[in-house]
Amino acid sequence: MTLRTVEMALATPGVDAAGQPVRVPLGVAGNGDSGYREDLGAEHMLVNIGPQHPATHGVLRLVLEMEGETVRRCIPHIGYLHSGFEKLGEYRHYNQIIPLTDRTDYLSPMANNVCLALAVEKLMGLELPERCKVLRVIACEMSRIISHLVWLGTTGIDLGAFTPFLWSFQERERIYNLQEAWTGARLTTSLTRVGGLMADIPDGWEAGLREFTRTFPKTLSEVDTMFTRNAIWIGRTQGVGALSADEAINLSLSGPMLRASGVDYDVRKDRPYLDYETYDFDIPIGEHGDIYDRYRVRLEEMWQSNRILEQALDRLERLKGAPINVSDPRVILPAKSRAMSDMEAMIYHFKQVMEGVKPPAGEVYMGVENPKGELGYYMVSDGTSKPVRWRIRPPSFINLASLPVMCEGALLSDVIAINASVDIVMGEVDR
Amino acid sequence: MTPTLPMLSPSVPALRSEFSTAIERHLVSSGQTVVVVNRDRSHDVLAWLKDSPGQEFNYLTDVTAVDYRDPERPLEVVYQLRSLGRKADLRVKVALDKRQPLEVRSVYDLWRGADWLEREVYDMFGVTFVGHPDLRRILMWETYAEGYPLRKDFPLRGHFSRAEQTRQALAANPEAHYSLEEMSIAETYGELPKAVRERLAKGERGFLK
Repeated sequence: MTLRTVEMALATPGVDAAGQPVRVPLGVAGNGDSGYREDLGAEHMLVNIGPQHPATHGVLRLVLEMEGETVRRCIPHIGYLHSGFEKLGEYRHYNQIIPLTDRTDYLSPMANNVCLALAVEKLMGLELPERCKVLRVIACEMSRIISHLVWLGTTGIDLGAFTPFLWSFQERERIYNLQEAWTGARLTTSLTRVGGLMADIPDGWEAGLREFTRTFPKTLSEVDTMFTRNAIWIGRTQGVGALSADEAINLSLSGPMLRASGVDYDVRKDRPYLDYETYDFDIPIGEHGDIYDRYRVRLEEMWQSNRILEQALDRLERLKGAPINVSDPRVILPAKSRAMSDMEAMIYHFKQVMEGVKPPAGEVYMGVENPKGELGYYMVSDGTSKPVRWRIRPPSFINLASLPVMCEGALLSDVIAINASVDIVMGEVDR
Repeated sequence: MTPTLPMLSPSVPALRSEFSTAIERHLVSSGQTVVVVNRDRSHDVLAWLKDSPGQEFNYLTDVTAVDYRDPERPLEVVYQLRSLGRKADLRVKVALDKRQPLEVRSVYDLWRGADWLEREVYDMFGVTFVGHPDLRRILMWETYAEGYPLRKDFPLRGHFSRAEQTRQALAANPEAHYSLEEMSIAETYGELPKAVRERLAKGERGFLK
């Protein structure tokens, strides 16, 4: 290390002589009983934030009870985007529910599509072809990257850093282009079908993703340089909104929120699906459970997702031309040419379109590791082509429920940071 | 197609020996174990599952409810449990007879995460969770009068006409109000009419009308 680096490091609070970030002590934000109560008088005041406020990341309304600058209580109001998807799903065929899943967590639509298909396939006991699994892994990990990029950019903006927002949205755009080339849509992808996929990837698509995985780490390193040792970033995030491991488990948190508190729970490792156990990747774990650790966890997850994408691309080369759908005429439409020339294929086609997929009576809970946390679909079937119940276990909703706990004793400006760190999508919170 | 082998969770025999008659029945569906528990003992069973050694279902994945198409069938409250240490899952159900009040003990005291989940079940199905400290509607606004949307007797487009729904939704205008609970915080408390302060003192919550 050069002398100049050391000098710079010593001049920068939050960084030690080796250039490594150091922890700032827990201030008022992490500890409600730190004596800040008296100095600003005992007058309580109500502050209303939202529902139309850029820092609430959607239509979330927070009513804060303030004591001076300190938050004594935080009461969230949600439901502004309630669309009744779960009710609507009870009136739809299983494959017709897939477009509804696009619109819940709309920052990672492909991952939601995959979860729904997996839930119904588990109910029916279908075994997927390998190429389908690999393509679905690619879809999930692409979703993770774009979702985390949005989180990174918007959280940066909330805390006053504009540049990483532009960098992350530029990278996100490249994935959106790939998504568009694959599914025809940027947001409403509706990628999966029960028993397979809506479409195979187009010719030459792998090269585009390969190029992305090659160049994406550069942006990640830049973000790393910009944030990880940034004194302002550290000051705004360390020790703020901290939750211990026990608290995080008790609050049913999942995803990066849970792992930042030091709990080693990732559905991809603990209840593997889509052969995730055969991929080589690590689960980043935080230790302090504050916003800074959540940032570190999410940043590292993007590196790991990039690793998974590279491995999946290697597998894809081996599986060129392999089928993407199960060969079961009860769930997959026959080829159009066959349906027009072959009587049996036409009957299957008719039954598929008119009646839809019919899983046997039973119930299933399928949890997957979405970017926001554990997304679970709990489906109850009575043997007809429409579910009796389609329950979404929404990670954003459950993570957001911890907001009042984290905000107690924090400062007003920390509320913005804490809310950003939860990574919510109101489409999923309200459903 | 590979048939899913029914694998019964080892928690079931343990539950049966511990609680005997409180365990109404169990089944395996898609390889996942479901235990139906008597309503009056549900809190004891869940507390036992959470804390006793060998079970340690410390993580409440989800709380939801199912209303079946058959109107005779009881409504079921469903708890998805997970043991993070043992990497095991268990689904516990409580069947509620629809001819009686839909009530079940809250598990808020066991898992804080049940807070919003139980509120949602209350909001969507009208199940009362006894012991929940703040059981209010969560997705629908607090003066919502049409009933419980996810019940099977609730039509897809609601009970009221479109015009009436629009009128009520606009009249509700929730951002224009603070709830009674929030009113109780503010310095405006002193300025509230006496009748409202009395309602607050009685513990009444919801919107100020």
